[in-house]
Amino acid sequence: MSDHQGGGYYLPSPSGWPIVGSTALALFGVGMVLWVNSVAPGGWLVMAGLGVLFYMMFGWFGKVIAESESGKYNAQVDRSFRWGMSWFIFSEVMFFAAFFGALFYARVLSVPWLGEGDTGAILWSGFKSVWPTAGPLGAKMIAPMAEAGAGEFAPMAAWGVPALNTLLLLTSGVTLTIAHWGLKKGNRGQLILWLALTVALGVTFLYFQATEYHEAYTKLGLTLGAGIYGSTFFMLTGFHGFHVTIGTIMLIVILLRCMKGHFKPEQHFAFEAVSWYWHFVDVVWLGLFIFVYWL
Amino acid sequence: MEATHAIDHDHGHGHPTGLMRWVTTTNHKDIGTLYLWFSFIMLLTGGTLALLIRAELFQPGMQIMRPEFFNSLTTMHGLIMVFGAIMPAFVGFANWQVPMMIGAPDMAFPRMNNWSFWLLPVAASLLVGSFFVPGGASAGGWTMYAPLFLQGGISNDMTIFAVHILGISSIMGAINIVTTILNLRAPGMTLMKMPLFVWTWLITAYLLIAVMPVLAGAVTMLLTDRHFGTSFFNAAGGGDPVMFQHIFWFFGHPEVYIMILPAFGIISQIIPTFARKPLFGYASMVYATSSIAILSFIVWAHHMFTTGLPTAAQLFFMYATMLIAIPTGVKVFNWIATMWKGSMTFETPMLFAIAFVCLFTIGGFSGLVLAITPVDIQLQDTYYVVAHFHYVLVSGALYSIFAGVYFWLPKWTGNMYDEKLGKLHFWMSTIFFNILFFPMHFLGLAGMPRRIPDYALQFADWNMVATIGAFGFGLSQLILLVVVLKCIKGGVKAEGRAWEGADTLEWTHLPSPAPYHTFETPPTVK
Repeated sequence: MSDHQGGGYYLPSPSGWPIVGSTALALFGVGMVLWVNSVAPGGWLVMAGLGVLFYMMFGWFGKVIAESESGKYNAQVDRSFRWGMSWFIFSEVMFFAAFFGALFYARVLSVPWLGEGDTGAILWSGFKSVWPTAGPLGAKMIAPMAEAGAGEFAPMAAWGVPALNTLLLLTSGVTLTIAHWGLKKGNRGQLILWLALTVALGVTFLYFQATEYHEAYTKLGLTLGAGIYGSTFFMLTGFHGFHVTIGTIMLIVILLRCMKGHFKPEQHFAFEAVSWYWHFVDVVWLGLFIFVYWL
Repeated sequence: MEATHAIDHDHGHGHPTGLMRWVTTTNHKDIGTLYLWFSFIMLLTGGTLALLIRAELFQPGMQIMRPEFFNSLTTMHGLIMVFGAIMPAFVGFANWQVPMMIGAPDMAFPRMNNWSFWLLPVAASLLVGSFFVPGGASAGGWTMYAPLFLQGGISNDMTIFAVHILGISSIMGAINIVTTILNLRAPGMTLMKMPLFVWTWLITAYLLIAVMPVLAGAVTMLLTDRHFGTSFFNAAGGGDPVMFQHIFWFFGHPEVYIMILPAFGIISQIIPTFARKPLFGYASMVYATSSIAILSFIVWAHHMFTTGLPTAAQLFFMYATMLIAIPTGVKVFNWIATMWKGSMTFETPMLFAIAFVCLFTIGGFSGLVLAITPVDIQLQDTYYVVAHFHYVLVSGALYSIFAGVYFWLPKWTGNMYDEKLGKLHFWMSTIFFNILFFPMHFLGLAGMPRRIPDYALQFADWNMVATIGAFGFGLSQLILLVVVLKCIKGGVKAEGRAWEGADTLEWTHLPSPAPYHTFETPPTVK
């Protein structure tokens, strides 16, 4: 597994970017604490934190790209990046696992428990534990909406926009693979065309997701406050949407790099990393479609 | 691959000096040093909080503080010790030792390594700073249980974001360590030839990557329940406060092993060195470590036996927990078998290692007692639990850190530490440790609840004893500071192989102190 062959592993010189990143997260963290408590400069600090973070990412990734393009990374460095990205994606899988775990726990265990036995009879009499639910007192939390009764919400139906979004993401996985084939064959036209198409599909997905949220909030009575269904629905789809946004930005970055002539048919780790990430986001969506929208 | 040119790094041999050296460093030894000093400062901070707790408990009745502040002290003591002292210390060891022990030129991602460290002061500032905001620091316990944690003031949000930042730091650190171990080993260093410290860190890093994101998810749900109207932990909205405990302990139990597996690794380096025999049962140590890691994912609800779990779940988690005694027993057996008929000497690292084996095992046994569901229902939230986890975390994790510091100080500084002071540190610590924590077993069995600032009169005597032990133990740690500072300043020069029984690469291939850059050309391991 390990073949140094006399070294050649690139070791970067001291760098100021990490401390810039720490400053960014300090601003962001303090800003969020203040903002959620409605204390004055909170929002501004959050914006400043994000600004500094983007500045760091431009600088840091820019340096890595420059090092990569100038041929400083040998095959061993390339393998390090592969391991690093794989474990990063694994950590993301576990992050989503926490929210899927919450969904399954609520649906299979805690919601049924609320309506049965002494708990149901004494504490929440009259509560029917069926999914979807906003909980025993959920009705009081929901403002009346047009397409749902007073104090109720309508769950998001699977076979409208969500099914279309499934199709979009699955297709984007295919177009990305075709772009990858183009890169490996050295066919730049194919690479750029199909990569641009992938970006377009990602953006379209995000547009539909936004319209879905708009409908949920304005017509269905489905909000973050709509009990456990609203909580799990928005946290799962929201974090997924956030990851699609990141993935789309990553796709745009490698699209621009491809247009500048970066990557070689035999060495293009960044491209592969982005495509792994995109496929990961795709698989998470399938889980969402099945367990949040459909079943 | 070009085989001719040596390590390609553009720093030459110049790096910034003064403060900027430490802020911008990409060197694994510098970063290891930063981690270790940070950890020591946090140890003293968390220790000071513990001494305040013990001062209040010296006598029954409310003595020196309000109960709210007492609750903040227990909460922050736990958070600071777990995330500020123990975990960063082990990452410091990993930074210093893993590259040298596997013959790598540095960590796989040197810049990310720097960031992993420099996020810690940010998170620590949020935690410590929360003492000074309106309402005082978080007071719901380090476990942050809903619904209590959903109430409370702005400091709980500071804790949430501190945990997020600590999580980012841990995940990046762990990815770095896994990648270094998997990809940067010297030729010939097969997995089953790696020193056990490296093995335990490989498995620890895997656990970190698996569970830190789950903790991030848990505190995110706390945040949205607090401020964005969600109902994850609110039964009125269809959620369940017990769900928080499930998610938290799915993180929390592997976290327990994150804090003890690297300790096993350090002890497994030290005992063979001073027994002058190879480690007994190397392969079984690797398999035992892996088994403990796997089992750690299916025992979490033994922290929740009094929450009204179904009987089937109680039985499952009881038996699964007891199962962990088997691989742990294998380890203890192997350490003793390594010492059996060895040519033993008792320098300070070995003293701490032997104390580890004895005292950690006591903590392991009290853990087995607590694993028995009907017993745990009696002992839940008593001082018996406090005694149990301090035997595994102080005389376990912290003792291994002490042992490791004494063991590797000659390699890090180039000087031998003061053996007399080291032994004094050991004996003072060990005597006072037992005066401090052993009586807590009695208090817990007699029914004294934990996390309460006042207590019934019958608990007075042992509480007074424990407090005396606490101040003795706390002050003893200043000896360590003196030893380390003296050792950095000078002393008897250490040889490359400062311990004649040590046989890992950093001792056999490198001078003491280890040069700034090591193994730029990897050694060949036979």
